[in-house]
Amino acid sequence: MFTTRKQYEPYASPFDPCMPIRVKTYVTPPNLYVGFQPPNLPQFPLHEALKKGTLWKMFYDPYYSPYEMNIKGDHQ
Amino acid sequence: MTLHGLGKYKIEGEMNMWIYEKKLQYPVRVSTCNPKLAKYLIEQYGGADGELAAALRYLNQRYSIPDKVIGLLTDIGTEEFAHLEMIATMVYKLTKDATPEQLKEAGLDAHYVNHDHALFYHNAGGVPWTAAYIQAKGDPIADLYEDIAAEEKARATYQWIINMSDDPDLNDGLRFLREREIIHAQRFREAVEILKEERDRKKIF
Repeated sequence: MFTTRKQYEPYASPFDPCMPIRVKTYVTPPNLYVGFQPPNLPQFPLHEALKKGTLWKMFYDPYYSPYEMNIKGDHQ
Repeated sequence: MTLHGLGKYKIEGEMNMWIYEKKLQYPVRVSTCNPKLAKYLIEQYGGADGELAAALRYLNQRYSIPDKVIGLLTDIGTEEFAHLEMIATMVYKLTKDATPEQLKEAGLDAHYVNHDHALFYHNAGGVPWTAAYIQAKGDPIADLYEDIAAEEKARATYQWIINMSDDPDLNDGLRFLREREIIHAQRFREAVEILKEERDRKKIF
């Protein structure tokens, strides 16, 4: 399934002074995949678009902190 | 406050014009008096990838870029000023009633002795803004690639601020601003597509 979050596993030494983070996540936003925006893409209703920051569903890619995700059960 | 640049007009000296609306682009709500968050947010005010740097970078590059993309730089540069006002409002609300003691706890003691509760164009580490943060190379592709990079860096900065923040109301505004960075990067990428297009060849949709 397509996602705008990618992961990799950095090397972890047995002698790492801090607790190793096994999986690192980074963002690959939708603008990387589109090129010229094609015509007739699906839109949000206008009032919702003003809140979300974009009219175009394809470009809506919100970010939540790990702290917020614990509360809301959202996934990145 | 919202600013509208009349970007569809070609810049011809006297055609430089703005309309100022006394209204924020997106409502700014702050839940708690939290000067520490203000210290982080000031990165987007006077930092290298902040809104001031973005606005000045784009509005300056317009003069030496092909006509087809001047309007885009005007529109986005103008919107960055609207974002700057949102950040200013956030910082102001987070600090306005903080005591010197609270500011000290938040690591803003050095800011306080120099500026009291005033805002200033510096980054989260207190380094003042400098024009060395931005470039106008006069080469359209080089300039647009810098602009794309600037948008992605600003997007990442918003992510790290959201990670440091436990204020849901503030994060709501920050998420809006971050989404705008994604859209701006998309439009700059489209500008590159326009400029690299070969003459006499039809666009393929």
